[in-house]
Amino acid sequence: MAMSVGDPLEVAAIKKDFPILEREVHGGRLVYLDSANTSQKPQAVLDAMDRYYTQSNANVHRGTYLIAEEATAGLEGARAKVARFIGAKRNREVIFTKNATEALNLVAKAWGRAHLQAGDAVVLTELEHHANIVPWHQLAEEVGIELRWIPLGGDGHLDLTHLDRLVDGAKVVSFTAMSNVLGTMLPVERLTAAAHDAGAIAVVDASQHVPHVSTDVSAWGADFVAFTGHKMCGPTGIGVLWGTEAILDDTPPFITGGEMILNVTKEGFTANELPWKFEAGTPPIAEAVGLGAAVDYLSGLGMEAVREHEVSLTGYALRSLTERFGEQIQIHGPSEPAERGGVMSFTYADLHPHDLTQVFDQHGVCVRAGHHCAKVLMRQLGVAATARASLYVYNDEADVDAMADAITDAATFFGV
Amino acid sequence: MPGLEDLYREIILDHYRSPRNRGELPAPPATRVEGFNPLCGDEIVVFVEVADGAVSDIRIGGQGCSISQSSASMMSAAVKGRTLDEVQALTRSFKAMMSIHEQSLDGEGEVVIEADPDVKLGDLEALRGVVKFPVRIKCATLSWNTLLQAIEESAASR
Repeated sequence: MAMSVGDPLEVAAIKKDFPILEREVHGGRLVYLDSANTSQKPQAVLDAMDRYYTQSNANVHRGTYLIAEEATAGLEGARAKVARFIGAKRNREVIFTKNATEALNLVAKAWGRAHLQAGDAVVLTELEHHANIVPWHQLAEEVGIELRWIPLGGDGHLDLTHLDRLVDGAKVVSFTAMSNVLGTMLPVERLTAAAHDAGAIAVVDASQHVPHVSTDVSAWGADFVAFTGHKMCGPTGIGVLWGTEAILDDTPPFITGGEMILNVTKEGFTANELPWKFEAGTPPIAEAVGLGAAVDYLSGLGMEAVREHEVSLTGYALRSLTERFGEQIQIHGPSEPAERGGVMSFTYADLHPHDLTQVFDQHGVCVRAGHHCAKVLMRQLGVAATARASLYVYNDEADVDAMADAITDAATFFGV
Repeated sequence: MPGLEDLYREIILDHYRSPRNRGELPAPPATRVEGFNPLCGDEIVVFVEVADGAVSDIRIGGQGCSISQSSASMMSAAVKGRTLDEVQALTRSFKAMMSIHEQSLDGEGEVVIEADPDVKLGDLEALRGVVKFPVRIKCATLSWNTLLQAIEESAASR
């Protein structure tokens, strides 16, 4: 069946918005269950980018002619859409980057280098993606900061027993809003408050949150929030760093060159005002236009409905996979769908995830296998790799069932 | 479309289920080197003992998918007791079968590694199907690259 009773999204209609889902692979339909990796793009996003290139392509912020004004309006209009979508107070608090990784690097390397010294503590969690670990490791090598880790507790949640002691005296608390491996939703407001009480800034990696759950950065009270466009129906090549105006003013430029300056002399330069101070060089204009269209698309569905759909479908997946495979399947992360996103990491018997997803491919089922750029977490879970299925607006129960059939086929093939 | 049987030949599954030379060797005198596949998290540990210019003993540890594990198992069986020159030739032939390219000597572009026609790959031929699944080539070559590094480190430490 294509749509479960009471699903707040009309998935059958939504599937038609995504042209790639009409494609056949290996003689069958494409079952895309890897949206935590990158989402598919609706026709509206592709059309917006195509329209930009065929009608308005010009560089921004400098031409005096019509299409240059249209290009500038496209870029800045997208910024305003993103700002509204995430509850930013001002458009200039939205910085376009290449992706979330670059946004987190900007925080560590521009803000961090200017404000952190040897011995300063940065608190991370064991759930982090490498993008929120490696830049801090580099800073540890460069200036000698100390890294502290909020440990994983039971049922895929963090163990916050010693939170106050861990953040005591720290300068930064940087954490994911939703685990890209377990789907765990973190208590963002509690962690942000704990950071501020300790005199630290709060940095949130919202890459898995913004696409799936209504996000209000102002309500979170964080200082920086990073996310990426391509996981939220937008194109690759554009991400966002949101920061409060105060902290962005207090952060030196990261990448430098054209666009980000007010004045340049032989002696030095004066940085441009926000947000352009952080956007050196020609920005990803078409990508921004595409991201703006993606925001419109998701807003049209309604983020409350998106979340409700995913909680319901995640519940179905957890139930049906457990009923069908019993103890053969081990699904990691919170057992309660309301406490997690639609990201399910699992292992089946002693089958290596790579072999499992190779069989999936024969069924047209796209699922990622590996360590999901979270080796610290994998070590805590005691596994080298998992298969990870992740759901989005265009998935339904039939997609979950197709994966379950593929699991059965793999088990038969490998004789487990 | 290449089928699963092209990839997972029976001999591969046999080596996966009953890996040869599985375990550890005391290092030293053996050399211990870890290899990682950054794509999928596979980790392989090669213990190799070199004596009189030959691989006198080898053990394989770590964990990974059936392709990486069976390739390591077949490799261990194929190189045990062979001279280092023979191991190098065998490695070249194996990589040639995997269609691995290397930097050409003049630095201009890449050339396909050429197999030594005298080298017989034996059981390793079963891995030929991996070439049709390009993302899995790294799985098949992980243990070989780790072995080469172990032999290099073993030479450097004496």
